Amino acid sequence: MMPIATIILFSAIAKIWYSLPLIVVVSLCYGATRHEQLREIVIYSIKTAIWVLGFMAAIFLIVMLTGYWI
Amino acid sequence: MPEIVYTQPEGEPVHVNLKDQYWAAFLAWLFPGAGHIYQGRYAKGLLFMVCIMSTFLYGLGLGRGRCVYATDSMGKLNYYYIGQVGVGLPALPAVVQSIKTSGGKDPFFELCERFPADYENVGMRYHKVDRTQEDIPRERTLKDGLMAPPPGPISLNDADSLGMWHFDYKHMFEIGVLYTLVAGLLNMLAIYDAFCGPAIITMAQKEELEKRKNKVKGDL
Repeated sequence: MMPIATIILFSAIAKIWYSLPLIVVVSLCYGATRHEQLREIVIYSIKTAIWVLGFMAAIFLIVMLTGYWI
Repeated sequence: MPEIVYTQPEGEPVHVNLKDQYWAAFLAWLFPGAGHIYQGRYAKGLLFMVCIMSTFLYGLGLGRGRCVYATDSMGKLNYYYIGQVGVGLPALPAVVQSIKTSGGKDPFFELCERFPADYENVGMRYHKVDRTQEDIPRERTLKDGLMAPPPGPISLNDADSLGMWHFDYKHMFEIGVLYTLVAGLLNMLAIYDAFCGPAIITMAQKEELEKRKNKVKGDL
């Protein structure tokens, strides 16, 4: 049976969609402070976005596994 | 008028003319992207303007125009506003609204009216006021305004205006605060970029970094 903490985590998953526009905007603005030409800004932004998504996925897994452990 | 030339590890050197740095930084704060446009960096200016303004306006919309306010009804600073004001002119109406409502006056751009928690008719507590009704004692209603502080007293026991905003708009209010705060913080990055230029890693810096890496590897 799925633990309560995990159920709560999955119930809030719809709100994670709100993070997508933020990830795009933050990646672009951060990329723009590191480069001057648009092509390089976009490439750097994609790398930053992947890094942020990976970090979020890692936190998600930790929280989910902690739910099983609790 | 400093012009910086970045020699990149690959490709052509990049020339950036910062013009008057202080003026550019002020313009960048005043309106997102304006500092870069003044410096002739149009593409980056537009990028910052679109990204930051869309985030700020979307957040303001999610919070129904209420999630950006400078002070509460007691005049105490709203700490989120320190970050939100980074977006410049678009967040400054909150200061005007705080000054306007500080003497108990009504805000500009009224969004709705509510009955206070201690209104005589218990069944009507904090309901939104129907403006078509003529028999409502208007002097007692609390008026929400665009970027205005939450009206009325702050209460730990009864529902106050801020509590009702959270109740009415659910998680949207918090997410609106988050979006507008992030927009303000991102504009601070844009201000830095307008003042100092992009933080491009030059050939010399890249060589220095590689030297350090090799040194660490050698030590290990």
